Amino acid sequence: MTPATLDAYSVVAVYSAIAVYVLAFIAFALDLSTRSAMAQSAATAEGSASPSRSAVSAAVAGSSRAAKTAVIDRVSPPAAPTGSVAGRASRFQRTAYALVIVGWVVHVSALVLRGLASGRVPWSDLYEFVMTGTAIMVGVFVLIQLWRDVKFLGAYITAIVVLLLGLASVNFYVPVGPLNPALQSIWLVIHVFVATLGTGFFAVGGGLSIAQLLQARREAGGLARVPFLATFPSSEVLENIAYRVIVVGFAFWTFTLMAGAIWAERAWGRYWGWDTKEVWTFIIWVVFAGYIHARATRGWRGSRSAWLAIIGFTAVMFNFTVVNLFFKGLHAYTGL
Amino acid sequence: MAFRTRSDQPQPQPDDGSSAVGDPLRPSDHVDGTPVDDAVAGVTQPRLNLLGYLRFFWRQLTSMRTALILLLLLALGAVPGSLVPQRSSDPNGVIAYQANNPDTFKILDSLGLFSTFTSPWFSAIYLLLFVSLVGCIIPRLKHHLDALRAKPPKTPARLERLVGFQSVTTTTDAATAIAEARSLLRRQGYRVAEYENSVSAERGYLRETGNLIFHIALVGILLTVGVFGSFGYTGQRILVQGEAFTNVIGDYDSFEPGRFSDEHSLQPFQLRLDSFEPKYAAQPDGSWAPEDFAADLSTRVPGSSWTTQTLKVNAPVEIGGTEVYLLGNGFAPIVTVKDPTGSVVYSGPVAFLSQDANLTSTGVIKVPDGLAKQVAFQGFFCPTPVTIPTGCQSLSPYLSTNAKALPVLQLSVFTGDLGLDKGVAVNAYALNEDGLTKIAGFRTGVPGLDLHVGDSAELPNGLGSIEFTGIDRFVSVDIHHDPTPAFALLFALLILGGLLLSLFVPRRRVWIKAIPGRGKQLTRVEYAGLARGEDPTLARSVAELAERHQQHLDGLPDAPANHPDDQRT
Repeated sequence: MTPATLDAYSVVAVYSAIAVYVLAFIAFALDLSTRSAMAQSAATAEGSASPSRSAVSAAVAGSSRAAKTAVIDRVSPPAAPTGSVAGRASRFQRTAYALVIVGWVVHVSALVLRGLASGRVPWSDLYEFVMTGTAIMVGVFVLIQLWRDVKFLGAYITAIVVLLLGLASVNFYVPVGPLNPALQSIWLVIHVFVATLGTGFFAVGGGLSIAQLLQARREAGGLARVPFLATFPSSEVLENIAYRVIVVGFAFWTFTLMAGAIWAERAWGRYWGWDTKEVWTFIIWVVFAGYIHARATRGWRGSRSAWLAIIGFTAVMFNFTVVNLFFKGLHAYTGL
Repeated sequence: MAFRTRSDQPQPQPDDGSSAVGDPLRPSDHVDGTPVDDAVAGVTQPRLNLLGYLRFFWRQLTSMRTALILLLLLALGAVPGSLVPQRSSDPNGVIAYQANNPDTFKILDSLGLFSTFTSPWFSAIYLLLFVSLVGCIIPRLKHHLDALRAKPPKTPARLERLVGFQSVTTTTDAATAIAEARSLLRRQGYRVAEYENSVSAERGYLRETGNLIFHIALVGILLTVGVFGSFGYTGQRILVQGEAFTNVIGDYDSFEPGRFSDEHSLQPFQLRLDSFEPKYAAQPDGSWAPEDFAADLSTRVPGSSWTTQTLKVNAPVEIGGTEVYLLGNGFAPIVTVKDPTGSVVYSGPVAFLSQDANLTSTGVIKVPDGLAKQVAFQGFFCPTPVTIPTGCQSLSPYLSTNAKALPVLQLSVFTGDLGLDKGVAVNAYALNEDGLTKIAGFRTGVPGLDLHVGDSAELPNGLGSIEFTGIDRFVSVDIHHDPTPAFALLFALLILGGLLLSLFVPRRRVWIKAIPGRGKQLTRVEYAGLARGEDPTLARSVAELAERHQQHLDGLPDAPANHPDDQRT
């Protein structure tokens, strides 16, 4: 097959992925509305069932072995973070998540086809970069489910991905061409890929921080009209998950900055020159460094640090789109 | 997978026995720090003397809150550096901005926004941040070095309120339980200390070590760039095919010395461009995409002969600690200017700088001597031209061989003072039209010159003639000497390594206590942990530790004094 045909298949796959993600978004939205219904009925039906310390009977604790020891007191680990109401996934959520997986497979095959068409890594112009970046976002979202169930973020993630992919397909598309000499480097593979990885983690972290802020408002007695929040983890749990996701993103971002500096040294003869893209990468790094400090500062934990995470992710998106398109600088590889 | 929330509350301080020696030292407003009661301090110290004020400001400066605010200011302060062209990265953009918005330029320039990153206010932010950082890490470093040699602190009297508390009874005697606990904790990498009836254990010292390395390396990178960077220099030079460059200041087109570098810092070498053939690929939409830029250079250091090397965009050439980078390329039309009698007053290739991807190029030819007046030519060179109202535009980066659109050199002619006699450096690639009169070209009534290779033309007013004899290629190179990258890389790796340790190694304390039973009572064993910093898996780890300890105890041979029948309570 010729590169142009492969690329044409890739474009078809991208549009298909967008369609599947839209369906997933709808299903996630329906899931949230069923959660609202569940939360309202649960609020009338039952009181709180908080995990607590329990004196476990010796018969239970030591039953399976010829024990010399017997448990008399222990703090049982907290129950599933979503509490009693949303412990089980709704049918909509299961459908939505399955659609995300299907969409992702199609999305990744679009990437592979584009890579085969151009004979290089598929992140060398803005169209490809958005395509890869969104695939990584979904990949990180799926990966995190293995560790902790944050499927309630599905609507947020699919919405961002659909918007970005749509924007890229309609406005940023360029046919496959040879690789710009400035990009002919192993660092293209490393630096840009790790940057997209960091972006994926920041996207999920940003979503968790938004959920945390909403949840904190609800816990303070507000947002009664958003009942599905009751089925989300507490704001504190959300903050902890967000923190752990964001620090991974921060580590990747630090590496991005360093790899970029090494590449800049090879390509432009200086490792740091305050090019517009460098400035924004630096700003993002400093904002997330601020976020990590805020988490450790009295009076800044909680909502204030969550705002920093959201500002940080907004800056990432700004860097991803506006800086690439409209700011003059050396990182002019949009292909547009 | 259970998620634990307790360690993320401000830490419960062990109620006794655990001195702060083992804790990483933190500013007082750190969530793990010891809060200072400002109200009490205010009451007992109503008047501050000078030293008191200094101490007060120092404590403010080294607090977490100040560091945080300085970080956010640093991020905010960097924003204008991307919105407004910077003298360091885009000097032409600054000139254009000044020409287009002279009024706003004055305001922004007085705020230092065109050199944001060297402006006094930006420098003030990062210097304060680094002073705050140094003030924070020095005491922490000393404290951590002490902690590395100290024993884990005494076991708190009451473990109930700590993370993952669990209490079991066992038929094993207390001394055996303690011995088992000790060996188990040691195997898991804990540092252990035995106190009466208990083992106190701590691990994760690398977290604080990594944190300190991270922050010290940040200071290191700042010093590297700020101090050692001043020993470098950078310069640019345009090299036409066959032309040789010698590394002395006078041979550069532009040269920027570092603060501590001078002509003696320049390593002696020579550089010659042998050939340059770029490759482009035709795109379906008719445009051309660059595919490969490779320049064949010859280089030579004193006492040796020429060696050939290939210079590419991502592959600089290194000569004696100095690096040469390929920045740009273009065409250099070769022209010969003769006076009315036919003697040559100027001859050679002139680099025309490309304005777009298809190498529509502009350039200036200055002829200061030999003609009746000083003469300058300014105009376009198009390798594959189409005519547009203002001149020509190129449709391809290759030299056209189509007889209907051969490469063209379009020139306007100026006479007057070229400004070369004032002893002031003048840009060779731009024309300052002050003091010059345009005598041919756009809007003069006299047509400009339209030359193809081999053409010659008479200059207006009988000044002489110009001939377009051929076309050469040129490349522009950046020549850098920078002693810092190796140090910067070292510090960058320390930053990354330190960061990973400080984010992902949990620092935690664990206690296992065995209280011997009185008389026929069984031994009671208690377990609990305490997080030092972010440690979301502590509860699970304590539970696993307890589980393993109990399995060990269960696996021990029965001691004769035990009464298996009584073991259940």
